[in-house]
Amino acid sequence: MHWTEYLPPLLQGAWVTVQLTVYSTVLGAMLAFAAGIGKLSRNLMLRAVAVAYIEVFRGTSLLVQLFWLYFALPMAGQALGLDLRIPPVVAGVMALALNIGAYGAEVVRGAIQSVQQGQYEAARALNFTPRQTLTAVTIPQAVPEMMPSFGNLAVQNLKDTALVSLISLGDMTFRAEQLRNFTQDSTTIYSMLLLMYFGMALVLTAMMRGLEHRVGRWRKVGV
Amino acid sequence: MLFGFEWDTSGPLVFAISILPMLLVGMWVTIQATVLGFFMALVLGLIWAVLKAAPSRIVSWPAKAFTEFLRDTPLIVQLFFLYYVLPEFGIILPAFMTGALALGMQYSAYTSEVYRAGLEAIGRDQREAARALNLTTVRTFTHVIVPQAVPRIVPAMGNYLVSIMKDVPVLSVVTVLEMLNVGRIIGDRTFNYLIPLSLVGGLYLIMTLVASAGLRLLGSRLPKQGIPLK
Repeated sequence: MHWTEYLPPLLQGAWVTVQLTVYSTVLGAMLAFAAGIGKLSRNLMLRAVAVAYIEVFRGTSLLVQLFWLYFALPMAGQALGLDLRIPPVVAGVMALALNIGAYGAEVVRGAIQSVQQGQYEAARALNFTPRQTLTAVTIPQAVPEMMPSFGNLAVQNLKDTALVSLISLGDMTFRAEQLRNFTQDSTTIYSMLLLMYFGMALVLTAMMRGLEHRVGRWRKVGV
Repeated sequence: MLFGFEWDTSGPLVFAISILPMLLVGMWVTIQATVLGFFMALVLGLIWAVLKAAPSRIVSWPAKAFTEFLRDTPLIVQLFFLYYVLPEFGIILPAFMTGALALGMQYSAYTSEVYRAGLEAIGRDQREAARALNLTTVRTFTHVIVPQAVPRIVPAMGNYLVSIMKDVPVLSVVTVLEMLNVGRIIGDRTFNYLIPLSLVGGLYLIMTLVASAGLRLLGSRLPKQGIPLK
């Protein structure tokens, strides 16, 4: 087989990889904000939930989480009398999002804490409501602070999507495996696969830099 | 039966206790892969760091491009590449060694940055002072830069050690019998995934918590001003 014949299946897989990356990154960002803010909450219950979530998902391996959701969760559901069987795509997106969300939560927490105390005192002196303080003081300063780390996490997440091929999701790595089984032409196929991931990572990095630049302007804009 | 141990499926707790020894055998493999992979990452990272700092662009640019490539491609694909492509060039390594090499390669891209940052943190004034004292280049490196850079480098390297530990389960795809793979095999044979995989998760949590506590202790013991010289 000529190498160009490998392209259609690989590109088909690439589209799945892109979708997985986008869904799990967006979902992961939401989880990151929820858990990062939750960890700073004064409510003990909320803080305990956030800390437990972050520690469990940062303390175990992504592949363990993925296999647990895909193989063990349905059995846990059976024991409880619930149907918790989930399709591979849901298990994949959930595992990726939960994992990256836990790492992102620490970034969110750090960025919020990096906003100086004097800023809050000034906001109170100006009689800002808590909501105004959040939207006009905390977010414009904390979010730009998070962006470089979020960029790294997005690339990390793109790389991690390759693991979902192990629960038979047809992503780029899965297609490459199929091609290799069929043709035994490992060198060409895996070289192409590596280059395609590299290209996708470069595009993603450029996009995150653009976003970082845009968000960076929030620092200068007034209310 | 696995590794000479029998499992007992008569009850959940009995089952969990009966499979624990098998999982511990897997854990030992995980620890070995972590240590070997980390060691390779330290050595390879140092090589990349030196090449990237080379005065000639013909040397530094390819080194930078290569580490960027290592950093931006998935571990599992690098592992498949090494596992299936190296034998075509006559290099046949056992699966465990290939896995450790893949871990070392992937993380060498990260460790090379740690070396670079650690060395750059030792300011110019230190180098100038060393020159004013007429120290040779080698002596400046061994007696001024390295003793101050090491305490800065160690904590960051420790974080990557924990990350490597969490990436070891990827090695299961090339038949390495690490902890997750053992848990899955038990699940495949007993039709019970819940208990083995939950145990693997719990054991992982213990491993990372112990490693983090150890690293914190090490971090607090590090001489902040640099390793004192006799």
